[in-house]
Amino acid sequence: MDRLIDNPYLPYVMTVERITQEAPGVKTLRLRFKNPEEAENFQFRAGQFAEYSAFGEGECTFCIASPPTRKGYVECTFRQAGRVTSGLSRLEEGQEMGFRGPFGNTFPIEEWKGKNLLFVAGGIALPPMRCVIWNVLDRRKEFGNVTIIYGAKSVADLVYKDELKEWDERPDVQLYTTVDPGGETPDWKGKVGFTPAVLEQVAPSAENTVAIVCGPPVMIKFSFPVLEKLGFRDDAIFTTLENRMKCGIGKCGRCNVGKLYVCKDGPVFTKAQLNGLPPEY
Amino acid sequence: MKNYQIKHSDLDGWLEKIIAAGRRVIAPVTEEGHTDFRPIHSPAEVAADDQVQTIQSAKQAAFPKAETLFSYRKEGTAVSLDQPAPESYLQTVVWRARPCDAAGFTPLSAIFNWDYKDNLYNARLARTTLVAFSCQQADAYCFCTSVGGGPGEKKGCDILVTKLPSGKALVEVCTEKGEALAALAPGLFSEANAVADDSPLFAEKQSALAQLPARFSKEDIRRHLAEAFDSPVWREQSERCLGCGACAFVCPTCACFDIQEDPHGSHGRRIRCWDSCAFALFTQHTSGHNPRPSQATRWRQRILHKFSYMPERLDATGCTGCGRCSRACPVDMNLLEHLTSIAQK
Ligand code: SF4
Ligand code: SF4
Ligand code: FES
Repeated sequence: MDRLIDNPYLPYVMTVERITQEAPGVKTLRLRFKNPEEAENFQFRAGQFAEYSAFGEGECTFCIASPPTRKGYVECTFRQAGRVTSGLSRLEEGQEMGFRGPFGNTFPIEEWKGKNLLFVAGGIALPPMRCVIWNVLDRRKEFGNVTIIYGAKSVADLVYKDELKEWDERPDVQLYTTVDPGGETPDWKGKVGFTPAVLEQVAPSAENTVAIVCGPPVMIKFSFPVLEKLGFRDDAIFTTLENRMKCGIGKCGRCNVGKLYVCKDGPVFTKAQLNGLPPEY
Repeated sequence: MKNYQIKHSDLDGWLEKIIAAGRRVIAPVTEEGHTDFRPIHSPAEVAADDQVQTIQSAKQAAFPKAETLFSYRKEGTAVSLDQPAPESYLQTVVWRARPCDAAGFTPLSAIFNWDYKDNLYNARLARTTLVAFSCQQADAYCFCTSVGGGPGEKKGCDILVTKLPSGKALVEVCTEKGEALAALAPGLFSEANAVADDSPLFAEKQSALAQLPARFSKEDIRRHLAEAFDSPVWREQSERCLGCGACAFVCPTCACFDIQEDPHGSHGRRIRCWDSCAFALFTQHTSGHNPRPSQATRWRQRILHKFSYMPERLDATGCTGCGRCSRACPVDMNLLEHLTSIAQK
């Protein structure tokens, strides 16, 4: 279709290429651009998000979970929770849906070259991190140690199970998976305990290290003091904010935290930046 | 741009020519005691009281209450999209807007263009011509002069008309869109009626305007707000706010919107419609967590956004002092009083 005016609300039409059931209620969709020319021109960077839509249901905001180093498709992982995510969950392979993006800022991966990376993720928040992790692993030589601490409620709730296995088997990645007490299965080989507690136990060195923390607000709240104790400086701790968004482009007025727009100035913030913001997230 | 003098009685004739030229005209119309902008087809429909403030602002000309972002059609697994052609937006004249209506388009345009360009808004604004009339009366809610405007201010106007006591009207043409409107009545806007820049009519204009001394300055407000995030003032002031959102809907600068689906089986539209930061659901996450959980935090957002964040981020103030929010509020939240008390803290 001709773009008569450059309409920032007009989504790309995408074909659902592959659906992965990650965990109960959690799916990953792999999307391909219907128009190859759009696929060719599409570029994004790790940390950016997009608006995904099921026509007839509406739009929903998630990060782009696939890395920019893998061309030709984008992936999103989401939990079915409302009207739009239910609509997206009902889609079948081959069906078409909408995608608008990329929006927002990015993780400053280029500045992390030569540094050790510590990823701390909880629950459904692995997706924004997965994009960075694969981006880093696809350029493995440029970075120092890679440590991943990932926690979920139960074994069933862990997402990207195949990839966790792959990371676990790699000698150049330190992976710690944990489930909340009571969420383990008889054959569970990982840790049991809340993510911040496991972080404290693993106690990664803060030396030349950047920490990337994504997860539910409580997990972030309890992980920050642990990192501080380990010696991480506030400008070496990165996280993403998940305020409600609609437009993604700084217009609709609902995502701001003080004077900053999560959709434009975020979603990636350092802890040092958050310290200067009112608690509107 | 040129200025002209015509007779009060010629204004209707000019409006007739504008209507005859096929422009969509919206103007204040009084129905059951309420005056609001409505499409009109003859000058007789325009409200007789030419000082009355409409309930809603003129922003609807470029930012309608609800508008189509695009439409979709599903066939089997495939989807096709279609979007409104800019030509489908009618050439619109807003007749007898107020200077505070016109001033509202500066902050609106800033929001819609500060980073990404919102070309739906831009296309509608490009097809909108604002004919504002200077105010000869102000009421207890007006405070345009405290936020950089004034009852005879031209900023944002395509044409500003001031009715003078002598029976003349001074017509100040401010833009090319304004010129095109004047050109529809060449008999009125002729060389013979042109007004020189040093004409005494401008002094006459000044004396015809409403007298409205400034109560504070927007710089004062901004300075006070810099330290006010944790102030008890938000709770105190918002105690009676119902969170109904009327203040945002009538405001010439409020641009917050929601994106919604309008499905009809296999086809439908995605629309955007006005929204308000006063609503509890505005910021609520799917998890139920709400970063602005109380009316006090939402009132704070309204004031800080307009008088602190927008000036800082967009170099624009989100208020023209039109007083509409206060007139529309069911519980008489008076913005002028609230701002005055903030400026005096
Ligand atoms: S905030 Fe109130 S007074 Fe200011 S422009 Fe909006 S409606 Fe008018
Ligand atoms: S109109 Fe009045 S009651 Fe309604 S949200 Fe605005 S300030 Fe509150
Ligand atoms: S999502 Fe609309 S302003 Fe940020």
